[in-house]
Amino acid sequence: MAEAFWALGRATGVVSLVLFTVTVLLGILTRSGRPALGLPRFAVTLVHRNVSLLATVLVIIHVASLLADPYAQLRLVDVVVPFLGTMKPFWLGLGTFAFDLVLALVITGLLRHRIGQPAFRFVHWFSYAMWPVAVLHTLGDGSDVGKSWLVLLLVLCVGSVLVSLAWRASATFVEYQHTRFEEARR
Amino acid sequence: MTRQSLHIDWTACDGRGLCTELLGPLLVRDEWGYPRAAGYGSDVPIPSSFVAEARDAVALCPRLALTLQEVRAPARS
Ligand code: HEM
Ligand code: SF4
Repeated sequence: MAEAFWALGRATGVVSLVLFTVTVLLGILTRSGRPALGLPRFAVTLVHRNVSLLATVLVIIHVASLLADPYAQLRLVDVVVPFLGTMKPFWLGLGTFAFDLVLALVITGLLRHRIGQPAFRFVHWFSYAMWPVAVLHTLGDGSDVGKSWLVLLLVLCVGSVLVSLAWRASATFVEYQHTRFEEARR
Repeated sequence: MTRQSLHIDWTACDGRGLCTELLGPLLVRDEWGYPRAAGYGSDVPIPSSFVAEARDAVALCPRLALTLQEVRAPARS
């Protein structure tokens, strides 16, 4: 039975990392304000939100199944308070930290209208911290890190985020930026 | 009689164009990407057939620049 929880914990962990990667990519797409993948702009935001919710459900299963796995020696505090773990406390703590950030991101995302744009934006910047922390947690704690399929997957995730970050920082990122620059120059 | 009116907060709007997608011919994009309603400025009357789309636009505007307000319509002649 412990074996099954462990397997479930590993699988949901990897899938949620992939989904959070897609969430970051879609968030950047949303911020660019462009229609993409054949979807109108409003649909890109909705897919961004829904993929992030799906990823969140998967990390919750990831955490719950490892809580149930006696070998992981996870306690309830380790779910929310980072760096107190019994096994590999540093790498586990990164996972806990990423999990706390996800909760903050999702709650403020869903309550955007309640808390207002400045607070939402402030918390949402932490998505750029959450994702690398989750990647490091995977690298430090993942039982499958030596396997080539996971290496390939991680390279794809990191590569795609780096490429989109470069795009995010480029001058032509926002739609109409060109027209707006021209206008400002006149 | 009450009618719905869509208020655009220009200090918040960044011309991302979600509302112009949802509110089709009612709102169009100007040459910088900002929404424009023919004949109106910051408060755009929403016909009842567009209220659902207007609600979606309010919910999805990435800058929270839109609000739907109920206005007591002055009897327009
Ligand atoms: C209920 C959940 C969420 C909602 C409703 C939501 C909503 C949004 C919205 C509306 C934007 C666009 C902001 C703008 O254009 O100014 C955005 C951007 C973004 N989101 Fe989310 N989001 C959610 C969860 C997440 C999560 C969990 C992550 C992290 C993995 C994430 C990562 C991002 C990123 C990286 C951006 C681009 C930020 C930028 O560069 O300005 N989002 N999100
Ligand atoms: S969706 Fe919001 S930010 Fe985008 S154009 Fe409409 S009001 Fe402006």
